[in-house]
Amino acid sequence: MNWLPIALLAVPLAGSAVLLAPLPVDAPARGRLLRLHGLAVSGITFLLAVVLAAGFDHADPARVQFTTDLAWIPGLDLRFHLGVDGISLPLVVLTTLLTFLCFVYLCWGRSDGPGQLLRPRPGGNRPRALVFTLLVLEVGMIGTFLALDLLLFFVFFEIVLIPMYFVIAVWGGRARRAAATKFILYTLLGSVALLVGLLLVWAQTGTLDMVALGGAQGTGMSRAVQIIAFLAIGIGLAVKTPMWPLHTWLPDAHTEAPTVGSVLLAGVLLKMGTYGFARIAIPVLPDGAAAVAPWLGALAVVGIVYGSLACLAQRDLKRMIAYSSIGHMGFVLLGFATLTPVGVNAALFGNIAHGLITGLLFFVAGAVKERYGTADMPTLGGGMLVRLPHLGSVLTFACVASLGLPGLAGFWGEMLALLGAFDPAPGLSRPLFLTFMAVGGLGTVLTAAYFLVMLSRVTHGRPTETVHAPLLAGVKAGVSPGDTAAEAVAGPGDTAAEAVTRPGEAVPESAGRVSADAVDTGTASVRTGGRAGPGGGGTGPGGGGGLRDVRAYEVAAWAPLVGLILLFGLWPKALLLITDPVVRTFVGAP
Amino acid sequence: MIQSIDLYAIAPPLILAVAAGLVLLLDAFLPRRPYSRPLLGGVTLAGVFGALGAVVAQALRTGAPLRTFCVPEGMAGPSRPGLIPSGAMGGGPPAGDLPAIAAGPSCSFVVDGFTLVFAGLALAAGIVVVLLSMAEISSGADVPAGEWHFLLLCVLTGAVVLPAARDLITLVVALELVSLPVFALTALRRYDGRASEAAVKLFLVSVVSTAVMLFGVSLLYGVTGTVHLDRLAQDLRQYTPWSGVDPVPPAESQAYASSLQISHDLPPVLTVAMVLVLAGFAFKVAAVPFHAWAADVYQGAPVPVAALLSVVSKAAGFAGLILILVAALPAQAALWAPIIAIVAALTMTAGNLLALRQRHAVRLLAWSSVAQSGYILAPLGVQTREAANASIAYLVFYAAMNLGAFAVVMLVSRRDGQEGIDGYRGLAFRSPAAGLSLVFFLICLAGLPPGLAGLFAKIVVFREIVGGGGAWLVAVMAVNTVIGLYYYATWAARILTPVPVPVPVPVRVPAPASARAPAAGGTADNVTGGVVAEDAAAGAPGATRAASGAARGGPGSAAGWLPVGVAIALSGIAAVAFSAAPQAVLDLVPGFLIASR
Repeated sequence: MNWLPIALLAVPLAGSAVLLAPLPVDAPARGRLLRLHGLAVSGITFLLAVVLAAGFDHADPARVQFTTDLAWIPGLDLRFHLGVDGISLPLVVLTTLLTFLCFVYLCWGRSDGPGQLLRPRPGGNRPRALVFTLLVLEVGMIGTFLALDLLLFFVFFEIVLIPMYFVIAVWGGRARRAAATKFILYTLLGSVALLVGLLLVWAQTGTLDMVALGGAQGTGMSRAVQIIAFLAIGIGLAVKTPMWPLHTWLPDAHTEAPTVGSVLLAGVLLKMGTYGFARIAIPVLPDGAAAVAPWLGALAVVGIVYGSLACLAQRDLKRMIAYSSIGHMGFVLLGFATLTPVGVNAALFGNIAHGLITGLLFFVAGAVKERYGTADMPTLGGGMLVRLPHLGSVLTFACVASLGLPGLAGFWGEMLALLGAFDPAPGLSRPLFLTFMAVGGLGTVLTAAYFLVMLSRVTHGRPTETVHAPLLAGVKAGVSPGDTAAEAVAGPGDTAAEAVTRPGEAVPESAGRVSADAVDTGTASVRTGGRAGPGGGGTGPGGGGGLRDVRAYEVAAWAPLVGLILLFGLWPKALLLITDPVVRTFVGAP
Repeated sequence: MIQSIDLYAIAPPLILAVAAGLVLLLDAFLPRRPYSRPLLGGVTLAGVFGALGAVVAQALRTGAPLRTFCVPEGMAGPSRPGLIPSGAMGGGPPAGDLPAIAAGPSCSFVVDGFTLVFAGLALAAGIVVVLLSMAEISSGADVPAGEWHFLLLCVLTGAVVLPAARDLITLVVALELVSLPVFALTALRRYDGRASEAAVKLFLVSVVSTAVMLFGVSLLYGVTGTVHLDRLAQDLRQYTPWSGVDPVPPAESQAYASSLQISHDLPPVLTVAMVLVLAGFAFKVAAVPFHAWAADVYQGAPVPVAALLSVVSKAAGFAGLILILVAALPAQAALWAPIIAIVAALTMTAGNLLALRQRHAVRLLAWSSVAQSGYILAPLGVQTREAANASIAYLVFYAAMNLGAFAVVMLVSRRDGQEGIDGYRGLAFRSPAAGLSLVFFLICLAGLPPGLAGLFAKIVVFREIVGGGGAWLVAVMAVNTVIGLYYYATWAARILTPVPVPVPVPVRVPAPASARAPAAGGTADNVTGGVVAEDAAAGAPGATRAASGAARGGPGSAAGWLPVGVAIALSGIAAVAFSAAPQAVLDLVPGFLIASR
């Protein structure tokens, strides 16, 4: 029994449990304590993950380390079996890092900046419930990557559903209820298929121990059983991943989820699906994997092309990033489908890279949406690099990383996946996989195309002002975008009047003038943008300024991601060294 | 002939019956004073606790199962020859086969693991129902307390006797003891048209089902000439598709072949008898196609009675069903298992689909409990004898979750006057404890973490079906789990959604205007966004809580709600305990039925 994995689960769990206790202090003190609490708990968890990574024996990553094996429910053969090896370690660290960065984003400073905890929202934003939900979510995510028992894996896999449902349904955008319902029904359907597959494996082999099952390489199960089990488990995981025809929940969920929800959804929850392929489906059911691999590869490349084409057609920034996730996950699945060490390594690398890059992209998209009140690209107009230079730069960086520029993390996953498809495992049809490679290559071009089109529409060009000026005034006045949008429909005069009546505002008269005279908006926004520029480094929040550039808490949340994207882009071995030995044992390669 | 009766064995039903008589006497002779109603409730509760204590004591003792009302050794044969020659073929009960009906004289009343689980379940559920009843009675002046508690104790007596019954006649009598008082309980709220309608519906359905089942039972008796379940099993063993000594169930293809074989060999009348008995029990557990009564009856009956129907009555029905199928007709599994599987699939599908459109809380719970019946039935539809374990385990999990949900629904419907699920909007802010516990129970019923109890219950059932090779049943159940989640999740989300506008909800108990004003003010502030959001968020529920507190101080009186609170807490503790340590439930499942993998 090792304390570290247990502590990784216990800290966030205890942190969320503490929040259930009533707190007899006044509201401002409670808000302060809450922010401190969220930062501290997620920070400690992240530190524990760092300790885990530091204490990990890097010389032998294929061995499962830090194991804990306790009986929990003997009647179900369910053991509380935790441990890490080379493929789960990076994901555990990524999970704790992203969760911590989400809390930094929510809680840093006075947390009343755009997208932060104390940002007023219609109906109240219930910060305590949000912190509670995110911490429970973290328990489920970490547990999924630590579990070494099939049913325990399933239990943790399920734990994330309800918190994520509430994150979307309570703190989401306008169509949040439908999106949340779609998300949970879809993923539950997948989960049930997964459960059936896992139980089928259990019924055939009589064990739930992933290590033993992985070592057995499918002995004890006939080919037919393996194929059925792989299909059931694969469908369950593919919904989560998501694979092409099962992806339809994803764009809605991402679009409607709040920023932190999108980040965790893209950064970690999708990884739970791909991790399942690497950890369970391929090593435990090798014959099933070999039989289904061509289909998996075909659906993967369809996903790549489909995702890219769908991206080209999107108007909403968050929705476009969501569809880009489908394309990137297609590369990951293509890597798995090759069943070669190169391909599976590529998939695992692409996994982490996608978590970092898409996490950053959703952070930035959230920041854009919070500032402009919309993520609709034509409405955003162009010229973000002029109006919000820092934000525009980060957006450009994230997009370029996502489209797979060599030297950034996104490149290696895609390149190695295509390389894997060039030379698939023996037994798989090589011409078929060469075709997949060619189509996947086309996909990379399309990926580059849509990101560049998006950048040219949003960051470049002249800052043509198409966002209603009252909207900007509303953002300034500290009213949440949802409110303002609703009021903007009612009539611009109201909002302008409200802005005027509000004391302590820097430029009420400018807002009033702008709303009255729509022609002049261009100059007005340039003016406000210019004024916000110098304050972009994050001077005292809560001041009057209009569209503000990147602020301190955003820098704090994004900088680690930027750094890691660069690190893994320039030095991919850092990751491949850990995953490769495990992958070789899993696919049975020398 | 003088029989010696083991009083210790029959102590639980005896205590309940004595308590029932005592309650009736007290009600007749006590002066009508304010304390008399709580006193009757207290006596009832004491009786149930006493019976539960006896059950626990029996469970803690070791040794052979207690048996009583046995046929003396000298009279071992059937009193009347049946259609088929008896006893000759079986060659004595095979080793390792159902110790409950092992060698020795046939007994009508056996206290073994199976009995204890169901008796304990019925009594624990009974405690919650009695607590809910105390609240119901304390507020409704037109409900006769003495009769109510008397009838309740009768139901519990029947529910405790039923799992111990090992002959068809005791079984039928016990089942009637469970059913008959429920009609009266349903109609006990006088001058309530809906309750009377519900009672009539329940009465008709129940009587028809009893008649159908009695016909089946009489046919069984006619065929075999015996009413004892062990002898039935022994006499029917000659038609067994597989040897009784062989514990390994046959592969599916064999089973199919043998079921064809059976249909040739079995007297057709036996098949008819089996189907009739199954139909009778299907009425009791509200399985398709005999499910239509559930919603109307649950809605019309007082909430405690609905809880009673959905847990105690249902558990009794399942106990009887499992006894008949597993103890009396184990050899005919190839015949009844497919029927049960189809019925289970239809039941869960119908229940879930009908629940989707419900807007009334109790109706929704009614259909959801029909769907849950399907899940409980499903393991019986695969031909492994251990499968009954999964049903029992699911039933135990289900009892805790469902009783909790009913308790909260009772609280809300009586206190706020809200019956539709739209009225639950923002419940978590008005009364956080009730709201959050209802969310927990609903998520448990849906079978998702953090409601691990429900998740493990589903896993147990899935495991049994996957292990038994019921592929299509697995698929149907998987889809149903998803459908079920939809209505549980939307209800739970409603509870957690704040009420957007200053409450236009009809408040039955007038709250002081001063208490409501800050709530309205808080919400208004919130909309304009003028104050720090947390302030408003904290202010609104606080104010509403104050209002509801004031309401509670009104005519309903805190004493009336105390039992409901205790009931919610009890079910909540049970559900949380089952979530953390589901092994406790799996350990409860009787040894002779436990999977021996």
